[in-house]
Amino acid sequence: MKTDFKKIAKDGVISSNPTLKLVLGTCPTLALTTAAMNGIGMGLAVTFVLIFSNVIISLMRKAIPKEVRIPAFILIIATFVTIVRLALDYFLPDIYESLGLYLPLIVVNCIILARAESFASKNGVLASAADGLFMGVGFTTALTLMGTVREILGSGAIFGHKLWDFSIGFFSSSAGAFFTYAVFIALFALITDKCSEKSKHKKANDKIKENA
Amino acid sequence: MAQFLMIIISAVFINNFVVVQFLGICPFLGVSKDFKSALGMGIAVCFVMTLTCLITYPVYTYILVPLGLDFMEIIVFIFIIASIVQMIEMVLKRFSPTLYSAMGIYLPLITTNCAVLGAAELVIDGGQMASLLGITAAEMNMGYAVLYGLFAGVGFTLAIVLMSGLREKIARSNVPKRLKGFPIAMITACFIAMAFYVFTLI
Repeated sequence: MKTDFKKIAKDGVISSNPTLKLVLGTCPTLALTTAAMNGIGMGLAVTFVLIFSNVIISLMRKAIPKEVRIPAFILIIATFVTIVRLALDYFLPDIYESLGLYLPLIVVNCIILARAESFASKNGVLASAADGLFMGVGFTTALTLMGTVREILGSGAIFGHKLWDFSIGFFSSSAGAFFTYAVFIALFALITDKCSEKSKHKKANDKIKENA
Repeated sequence: MAQFLMIIISAVFINNFVVVQFLGICPFLGVSKDFKSALGMGIAVCFVMTLTCLITYPVYTYILVPLGLDFMEIIVFIFIIASIVQMIEMVLKRFSPTLYSAMGIYLPLITTNCAVLGAAELVIDGGQMASLLGITAAEMNMGYAVLYGLFAGVGFTLAIVLMSGLREKIARSNVPKRLKGFPIAMITACFIAMAFYVFTLI
């Protein structure tokens, strides 16, 4: 059976983007987007856990009994989160500090459990790894974009480099997090709808041309 | 006494779990469409959070740390939370069917609620407790841990109940097409967060 990697990539980054379309894993999205760098750090940590938990769950999908699959998935995910945590603490202590409490909370990030349940437990190893990668890319992109916007508006900086002295405190507060997220979801829906309408029109036009 | 009052005000208002610390956002958005289910979810979370802190705090301080196994905390904690939830479900089913029918459907969701794991992680973190409650690592004990778990749950309940009240009103009003669903819920949460911001000025 041939795996459709193009579809997996499109699903993960655009048509079912975990952050902007499915609105999963909201806690780290809201809490860590005060700076773009935090967004990247969190995104990469989640991507790592997603890829490896997807691969292991996909390998073990026939061995895990259906009744205990959720606890089994959570244990596998918790193992990889522990690995990420120890590695970050040792190699990148700055990022470890800034992610803080939200690093252990990757265990209960609904994106990972959702992909384990709906994709990795039904598909082959290679497809599951690709799914983990692209879902992670979708999550990281969304977090980084939101982080960039909030950092520029909230503290007048980008990736920690000061741009100007003007800043709107609202965007670095918790209320600003909810507001930015709301605007991002609405804009993302608007853009993807416009794009799919365009491609529909194009297909319809092609059909008319073929018939003529 | 002053310290008790400090814990209550800090956990419920100043450092509210949902709108200030962003823990438990999924149920906050998912189960806040009507007042009754919001209250049910809130009470269930309070219950599980208190029990979790009651068990994870001594397990971490008296078993994991002396054995040098503190790096295993995530796996141990999630295992304890899943067991507590399972146990509450069985006990309720057996002894109180009315309570089970009110709380039952929310219980499985709580295992993956980051507020519960978040509370368990917070009470063992000396630095966090010092900055949130003003309790130093030496003063920290089980009583404070359980109290914090309980009142963090109360804070969660307060936020989710407020949200459900607002969303019941919004459901009957005319919302722009693009903002329907999640965006308008987020904007509502934005206003609740602004209201809670006032408490940080105390």
